[in-house]
Amino acid sequence: MSAESRLDILTRINRARAREAQPFVRVPVRPSTRPHGDVVEQFAEYAAEYRANVVRVDAGGLPGAIRDALAARGSERVVIPPDLPTAWLPAHLPVTGDQPGTTDLTAFQAVVTGCAAAVAESGTVVLDHGPGQGRRALTLVPDHHVCVVWEAQVVDGVPEAVARLAESVRAGRPLTWISGPSATSDIELSRVEGVHGPRALDILIVGD
Amino acid sequence: MSAGGIVPQRTFQEAARATLANAQMRRNLQHATTTIREKRLRAVAELPDWEDLRIQGAAIKDHVMANLGDYLLDLEAAVKARGGHVHWARDALEAREIVAGIASSHGAREVIKVKSITTDEIELNGGLAERGIHAIETDLAELIVQLSEDLPSHILVPAIHRNRAEIRDLFRRKLGAELLTDEPKQLAEAARLYLREKFLTTKVAVSGANFAVAETGTICVVESEGNGRMCVTLPEVLVSVMGIEKVLPTWQDMAVYLQLLPRSSTAERMNPYTSFWSGVTPGDGPQEFHLILLDNGRTDVLADEVGRQTLRCIRCSACLNVCPVYERAGGHAYGSVYPGPIGAILTPQLLHLENKNANTLPWASSLCGACYDACPVKINIPEVLLYLRGKITEDRPLSAEDTLFKTAAWVMSEPHRFEGAIKLARTGQGPLVKQGAIHALPGMLGGWTDTRDLPAFPPQTFREWWRGRPAPAMRGTEGNAQASEGQPLAPQREERSI
Repeated sequence: MSAESRLDILTRINRARAREAQPFVRVPVRPSTRPHGDVVEQFAEYAAEYRANVVRVDAGGLPGAIRDALAARGSERVVIPPDLPTAWLPAHLPVTGDQPGTTDLTAFQAVVTGCAAAVAESGTVVLDHGPGQGRRALTLVPDHHVCVVWEAQVVDGVPEAVARLAESVRAGRPLTWISGPSATSDIELSRVEGVHGPRALDILIVGD
Repeated sequence: MSAGGIVPQRTFQEAARATLANAQMRRNLQHATTTIREKRLRAVAELPDWEDLRIQGAAIKDHVMANLGDYLLDLEAAVKARGGHVHWARDALEAREIVAGIASSHGAREVIKVKSITTDEIELNGGLAERGIHAIETDLAELIVQLSEDLPSHILVPAIHRNRAEIRDLFRRKLGAELLTDEPKQLAEAARLYLREKFLTTKVAVSGANFAVAETGTICVVESEGNGRMCVTLPEVLVSVMGIEKVLPTWQDMAVYLQLLPRSSTAERMNPYTSFWSGVTPGDGPQEFHLILLDNGRTDVLADEVGRQTLRCIRCSACLNVCPVYERAGGHAYGSVYPGPIGAILTPQLLHLENKNANTLPWASSLCGACYDACPVKINIPEVLLYLRGKITEDRPLSAEDTLFKTAAWVMSEPHRFEGAIKLARTGQGPLVKQGAIHALPGMLGGWTDTRDLPAFPPQTFREWWRGRPAPAMRGTEGNAQASEGQPLAPQREERSI
């Protein structure tokens, strides 16, 4: 049935003879001209406006910041992608490395990951589920997500982010764009955080 | 067939009469549309190149429409190369059967759903129910609509016509939730508890698709709550139903719509969650993926040179929120899953202009043009509305209204006929006038008052008043006029000497 439908639909499309009025021209991606410091600053501001908790640290302060972020919300059962750099984590922090297929994610309160890029213009963190980011469910099921963003990963606008992620997409990786914690405005347009995804999002921006 | 879909059960005029009487719905809608409208203007003003983005957004879609067959074939090849399956469905029935077939082959009695207007268009839930498969809506608003056996009234916030007290009563009744208050936070928590178990235990999920990239076979779902991420990630099998117009040529093109869509719809810089996936990813997410490409009237729209631009629509709902007719009549008046200005042009076209009720929709507009200004992909909705009005009426025989206008022209061409007619009307209108207006004209004239009230004829016409007025003292004015007539005109400007 599907083969017949396929032929039918394609025939109808050909018969529709939709022509182009003008030749199609794509606008090239304009790179940001702002100082990178301003870009990072705006990302921090906009992510916070989405009620993510944003903390800025230098590389040496990262393990401490992760410990504080977990402690602040009482998150004790913590899961991490198996390839999360161990240097990020505070010493003696009990964490479990995720083993897809065997780990029960509902048993954990928090997850710590890195990211692939972050976007200043929209306050967005992007995961391409590459190294240090884990499978998609990892950052979805636990209620608290601590996400580490390196300053060099922050880009100004959405087009730059899309360009930067092209390689991941061509490699067939899934992407998850996160702007603040899970939220709904379905009841009388009042914003409620945490319907299904993590209710709390901590973004740790690490200076280079 | 289940309720919903795109076939209106009544004319817009009949349906609007009913919805206009619902004061609660009107209040909720007005609050929602006003709030989003103001927020949207701020969100749009943040991007200095917004107008350029709109032009790009329209151009990419027009380019897709001009090469739709090629891009669909590219998409099909790319999805298959990534381990996915691709199905083609000519109409709603075929699409429903494909979904039901996949669910049945996995023995599924329940499927979880991401909010998707396309699956509402094909009445998927009803179709699955006929085969003993229960579809559970996981978007909070869609869940509210489903549990209350109601219909969505807005593309983006489908339960906007319900207030918190109504929702609390509903959750108590249907979910057995113990709710102390009607705080939105508590209501959302009740939904979270109910749905979390479903996410973790259901084998098959169904979603729509906001966009699909032909170049890479990447599907995109844009949402806020995380229910979308849950559905496209946790089950073993994922089925996505998309209209054939949703395809984009390249990954780079996503950048344009990721800027246009959230700012136009929820007036946010970005929606909380956007998921992209290409086929299946080993060890991550569903290991079986099906993409259904749905026509259901779209190729007819494509074949129409004026109507074709309707297929640019990215379902942002910006046109609903600025429409004065939608704001008062509400989504249900449009009788279709596509309400508001976009619905007024999309619904009749998807039904090939053959449905009498749907054909009343192009008149559900004041032609104020606000929808065109708001549309992120520059669909000229007023142009299409007028075009469709013309197409719908062009083959019609001479109507009562036409005869009436011809008679009116004859009456008005002579003053004595006109005055006589007014006197006659004034005497004759007596029983029709209620509170100074005529709400329903009798017989063939009734069409005029279906959608508007007619002011009653006043007790005295201007001409009658003029003839009966006391003689005015206008001597001074006349004198001045005469005096100025006698004077030569002053030169308009001094002649310049060189």
